[in-house]
Amino acid sequence: MTPLHDHSKPQARRQRVLALTPRDQLEARWATLGIRAAYRCVRGPETGMAMLRGRMGGTGNAFHLGEMTLTRASVALDDGAGDDALLGHGWVRGRDHRHAELIALVAACAQREAWTRRIDSELVEPLEEALEARRAEASRLAAATRVDFFTLVRGE
Amino acid sequence: MYVAVKGGERAIANAHRLLADRRRGDREQAELEVDQIQGQLRLAVDRVMSEASLYDPELAALAIKQASGDMIEAVFLLRAYRTTLPRLAVSEPLDTGAMRIERRISATYKDIPGGQVLGPTYDYTHRLLDFLLLAEGETPPVESSEPPLAPCPQILELLDAEGLIERERDDGSEPADITRDPPDYPVDRAARLQMLARGDEGYLLALGYSTQRGYGRNHPFAGEIRLGQVEVEIFAEEWGEAVCVGEIALSECQMINQFGGSREAAPQFTRGYGLAFGHSERKTLAMALVDRALRAEELGEPIQGPAQQAEFVLAHADNVEASGFVSHLKLPHYVDFQSELELLRRLRREHEARRQGTGQEAGSPTSTTDERAAAPGDPA
Repeated sequence: MTPLHDHSKPQARRQRVLALTPRDQLEARWATLGIRAAYRCVRGPETGMAMLRGRMGGTGNAFHLGEMTLTRASVALDDGAGDDALLGHGWVRGRDHRHAELIALVAACAQREAWTRRIDSELVEPLEEALEARRAEASRLAAATRVDFFTLVRGE
Repeated sequence: MYVAVKGGERAIANAHRLLADRRRGDREQAELEVDQIQGQLRLAVDRVMSEASLYDPELAALAIKQASGDMIEAVFLLRAYRTTLPRLAVSEPLDTGAMRIERRISATYKDIPGGQVLGPTYDYTHRLLDFLLLAEGETPPVESSEPPLAPCPQILELLDAEGLIERERDDGSEPADITRDPPDYPVDRAARLQMLARGDEGYLLALGYSTQRGYGRNHPFAGEIRLGQVEVEIFAEEWGEAVCVGEIALSECQMINQFGGSREAAPQFTRGYGLAFGHSERKTLAMALVDRALRAEELGEPIQGPAQQAEFVLAHADNVEASGFVSHLKLPHYVDFQSELELLRRLRREHEARRQGTGQEAGSPTSTTDERAAAPGDPA
């Protein structure tokens, strides 16, 4: 089944990978890039909720399943650009303010051309590979519980 | 009539201290930590999240600790916390077909794409107490196998080439939200599913069971049950597109039930659906049975069992509401009760007077129930 939306767009891809990465791993990897950007929070970080929708039968009409905690942050880079300061936004499930702020900061920095390629190749790509590796490992554990049916042949 | 009564502050404060002491237990033992509850009592955490209608494993674990393991109290705590938060977004509909599978089985098709994946299940355990857990036995390492799982598509969509099973299609309608608009009966299926999703598992289990025992029978088969992780997407106005904000664990049950059909439509299997936070398989089975039972009117079935009566089922499913109203009986009702006592004394005096007045004649047919009905009711 194909994903709901195309995550190949750089902005959406960064947001997804960083939100699915544990915050300590993101923080550590971000530090290795050595990008020092002065910034200020223009919204949040703030915790609220997202109402989650399911579908009847998995494919039918939407219904409201329940809510989950969600934290969002928006930052502006302080580089003397005034009103044209680069803005970044971040969202993450749960209540981790620092995590949302980091995602927003990376999103803002990635808009500066000098940093875009490094952020994608040295931060997002390796974290995406790590994410896929964690998922593959979880999948192998589930796969060990897959049933191999065989038929007993009654002897003559 | 309400009369304010003061007093009891010290008793209440000391009762809370005693409660905290009992919760802490023997100081010789290590204190239970919230992340231990989150990591080692995860099914309790999942149930609290489902019934509180708020997905946050850490806070659910905290609620369980704070409530000393009283699940309904924990649900209440998390539900109350929920009311303090603003709603920042509404998600795109979750795509359970794209779930990262931890468990996935079908009781209707043996050979399915992706296979029957048992996952971490209590099924097939012997239900004998494991004394190794009492003796701090080592947990054996987990097995892993190559290759990883193949994609596991939704079975009912895939295997029903003949169209024998009812299909679920999105007509784009905007779902009701009972947290914004209180239910006004009769309610549609979207509102019913929202109410069932937060309903008490024990209650839904009993109602589902009642349909199997004949009170609104609908011949269910577990078409597919799946547990795993699903990505959550919200539409980000700022970027002008939907973005993934994380992942949540979900359980889903697709029930296949006996036939519906009409003059126009050929007979088809019908469906019931269950979806819940975390690893809540039993809840989703029960929910799917009750969802299907509540479709009786839509499918032209006679309403014969309690599980088919939507207002009765839905109005009593929420254990926060139910325990609130039942528990209010513990609040002082001194004045109410005084008035009942007064009434009862008067009725007895009248009864006695009638008995004296009519000699040994049998009691006159004065109805006491009418007077009772006219008496001031419970103001709460």
